[in-house]
Amino acid sequence: MNQQSHLLSVITFLPLLGVPALLVLRSEDHTWIRRIALAVSLAEFVISLWLLPGFSRVNPSYQFPEIYSWIAGANIRYHLGVDGISLFLVLLTTFLTPLAILCSWQSIRENVKGFFIALLIIETAMIGVFVSLDLFLFFVFWELTLIPMYFLIGIWGHDRRIYAAVKFILYTMFGSILMLVAILWLYNLTGSFDLLEIQARLNVTTLPAATELLLFGAFFLAFAIKVPLFPLHTWLPDAHTEAPTAGSVILAGVMLKLGTYGMLRFCLPLFPDAAHKMAPYIGMLAIIGIVYGALVATVQHDLKRLVAYTSVSHLGFVVLGLFAFSTVSIQGAIYQMLNHGVSTGALFLGVGMLYDRRHTHEIKEFGGLTTPMPVLMSFFLFICLSSLALPLLNGFVGEFLILIGVFEHHAAWASWAASGAVLSAIYLLWAYQRVALGEVTEEKNRTLPDASTRERVILVTVAGVILFMGVASPLFTRRMEASTNNVLRQMDRVRDASRPTLVPPAGTQNIPSSSPHAEGSLANTTLKRARP
Amino acid sequence: MQIPAEQITNIKRIAPEIALCFFGVLIMVVDSLLSATRKRSLIWLGLIGMLVALGCVEIAGSDPGPAYSDLIRMDAFSVFVHIIVIGAAALVILGSVQYLEHEGIQRAEYYALVLFAAAGMGILAGASELVTAFVGLEMSSISSYVLAGFRKRAAQSNEASLKYFILGSFATAFFLYGIAMTYGATGTTRIDLVRTTLQGLAHPPALAILGLGLIFVGLGFKVVAAPFQIYAPDVYEGAPTPVTALLASGPKAATFALMLRIFYVSFGSAHGTWFWAVWASAVLTMCIGNFAALAQTNVKRMLAYSSIAHAGYILVAFAASTAVGVAAVLFYLAVYVLMKVGAFLVLAHLGQTGEKRLEIQDYAGLGNKQPVLAACFSLFLLSLLGLPATGGFLGKFFAFQAALDSRIVWLVVIAAVNSVVGAYYYLRVIVAMYFWEPSKEYTPTRVAPTLTVALVIAAVGTLYLGVLPARVLALAKTAADSLFTSAR
Repeated sequence: MNQQSHLLSVITFLPLLGVPALLVLRSEDHTWIRRIALAVSLAEFVISLWLLPGFSRVNPSYQFPEIYSWIAGANIRYHLGVDGISLFLVLLTTFLTPLAILCSWQSIRENVKGFFIALLIIETAMIGVFVSLDLFLFFVFWELTLIPMYFLIGIWGHDRRIYAAVKFILYTMFGSILMLVAILWLYNLTGSFDLLEIQARLNVTTLPAATELLLFGAFFLAFAIKVPLFPLHTWLPDAHTEAPTAGSVILAGVMLKLGTYGMLRFCLPLFPDAAHKMAPYIGMLAIIGIVYGALVATVQHDLKRLVAYTSVSHLGFVVLGLFAFSTVSIQGAIYQMLNHGVSTGALFLGVGMLYDRRHTHEIKEFGGLTTPMPVLMSFFLFICLSSLALPLLNGFVGEFLILIGVFEHHAAWASWAASGAVLSAIYLLWAYQRVALGEVTEEKNRTLPDASTRERVILVTVAGVILFMGVASPLFTRRMEASTNNVLRQMDRVRDASRPTLVPPAGTQNIPSSSPHAEGSLANTTLKRARP
Repeated sequence: MQIPAEQITNIKRIAPEIALCFFGVLIMVVDSLLSATRKRSLIWLGLIGMLVALGCVEIAGSDPGPAYSDLIRMDAFSVFVHIIVIGAAALVILGSVQYLEHEGIQRAEYYALVLFAAAGMGILAGASELVTAFVGLEMSSISSYVLAGFRKRAAQSNEASLKYFILGSFATAFFLYGIAMTYGATGTTRIDLVRTTLQGLAHPPALAILGLGLIFVGLGFKVVAAPFQIYAPDVYEGAPTPVTALLASGPKAATFALMLRIFYVSFGSAHGTWFWAVWASAVLTMCIGNFAALAQTNVKRMLAYSSIAHAGYILVAFAASTAVGVAAVLFYLAVYVLMKVGAFLVLAHLGQTGEKRLEIQDYAGLGNKQPVLAACFSLFLLSLLGLPATGGFLGKFFAFQAALDSRIVWLVVIAAVNSVVGAYYYLRVIVAMYFWEPSKEYTPTRVAPTLTVALVIAAVGTLYLGVLPARVLALAKTAADSLFTSAR
């Protein structure tokens, strides 16, 4: 039991333990650096699987909790826990990281040590985001994901890497700094950084409508930039195109989910009124994102950029599912987060394998690749099919659940969104046709080697998971159900208007009790005057 | 002969300043006995002086109270600021040995002046009477005027010294006028008596407000708050880099401490009057600092503008006008001193002889050539930027929290957006260090052990305050409380 209770801490910080191990190795010892990084990430995956047997699917609250006081003076705690929403996202992270390490086996040749250290730090930070239940802790991890990714893009990226890295980090920081202000404001209103306490407090009181809208807006902006929701998506194609393969896999596979996860975890349950008020607009942006992302993807001549735009489209589905507020659509959205992580991660892995061979992403440089590389291209087709939501494969389940859920309340939304599903078939199959089918157009492509053993391991693993998630979806959705309903229940408080309005505690609350009168007048003036 | 117990207490409470001055004088005496090649060993004397002073602070802190009929006080607040300023001076001394050697200006006066400056700052931290504060201000300022011109063969350094001296004299004159006006309005120069007098009146008299305005000009100059920041970039850029580290940290911390005492205690009842001045100054300071820093290509100048921006963030906490705000200011100062001194000391090393290599392209590929130093520099820059898990983040965090606590929402939003603007120029240096191709002609120089120690202390301190701030935060809160209890 004792071991159980620290499981989340172990999972969160295990990758970080690999960092000193890598640091002591010589920088030239590439083989061992890779092996140790892989070993750490595999161990991490195996340990994270231990979450499954201990996880109760009927329990809607957070499991494996850990609470310690961290910064006592500021009421900040180290509070971890997982529920049905975050459980699989943690697993997704631990599943994709070894693949990202494997795919960089050969392609990263410079500063190998730094590269794998950055990957391991990102893994810790991302898991930290998913499991922290203290807003301060959440924010710390949230910001910590940025710096290693910034280095991944900036050091090991392609030609325009510096532009892409700076754009990526400034965009995201702008969003998150306003979220920080919102977190502080929320603390000011509720006296806690702890998500559960804030939730409990908000359940019995109402926020003034304007305050709630502003807080919702600050949180939502940070998440929408991360997702990215149209029209905040412009950093994404650049970041994806310029990042090394592993960077793209992590970025698309997990990091974009931090945004949708944040919406589900914070925006919906904490500010349901505002969420309901803004849902029509957000739904509209999501639909625009779905269609726009798909259309732009269709006309790309750069394969990696094409895949990047598919993310805009697919995550539009996720946001749409979340803001339809039904159990089915939210479950579909969570499922689609996982699918997108696996499928788009896999697409980037495939694109990366092509890049390793030809050092280009231009579609017209390829053509007829099935002739020299039948195995690789068959798997690539399989992954494309999963991404375009072929029945029996994972993507279908997610999109289907979302569309059903959305259709219940907003038939028009559903029909617009469905067009995105059609478009995804167009751009993916067309791209596949141009890359893989027909005659070999470039002489250089004739002699390309087929998938190596390492690549086959990657591809078979991914394909296996895609198929498994396609046929065994109840194994996942059952575990999500209780938590999803919990979120919706928390949102229901919106209809109960009898609760008292949350009055922010007076600004004097923190004046030391030892000298109330010495400070009282000063603080009171503050309250009257300081309202710019 | 019997020394009255009261005198012993008095002496005990200014013992840190006595120790600093004593060792300063001692250094100058010993200097005449040393041959030119042995001068560098004077640093040990300086460091011992600092340690003794810190010991005195510790002893005096255990028995807080006023000294010399309340001209100066040793309370928790004063202790906290003492530790910050003496610590900053000690780090600067540790980090300057190699620099002075390279520049050929290894002289005893340097160490003595740093000690005198530290003594002046100590007086500022403890002053509970305005004329005493003036003495402290002059003592630290005059030492720093000389220090700014210490590279006497470099035109830039001379320019910095002269500029700092002339404008600084104006500022202190303003401060003195302010004291005179305050005296005229209230009939006293003691900080707590000014408070009692003003509290007795329904409205603060115009003369007192004028006095406060003049004091704000004088002290605003020293903390580099806009619109009195004009001199700072030139002075900071021209002064020898370790001196810049001192100028940007110590006097700023000490002067903020004095500002807290004067604004919060003396003029606490006139809060409504000064609140908007501080608010506007904070906005101006942050915006000017950050946006001007964006345009810089010289890293030293960029860091100079960044210290203007940081004065703005501190003013945000200052505007909170509560004990929480005081604690936030103090915590911010502790972090700020560590990261800023650290960053400037790295620059002092990287600049190499004659401070030739301060342009951003000079640092291209530094991450490959000197990975540890580059990592250290990145840490300071990321902390200045406000990345979580570094002290800089918590400094901003508590500052914003304190301001929000007092419902100063828009100022916090402006500060938050500003800190993203800041991200751009800090990251640019990191971009150069890690993402650019290494420049060919650069040959790294060895980092002296003393500098290593200074950088390690600064880096560990920055991380410590970022991850485990509870202890220092508690101290800052006690210090903040003592500021108000002393007012009664």
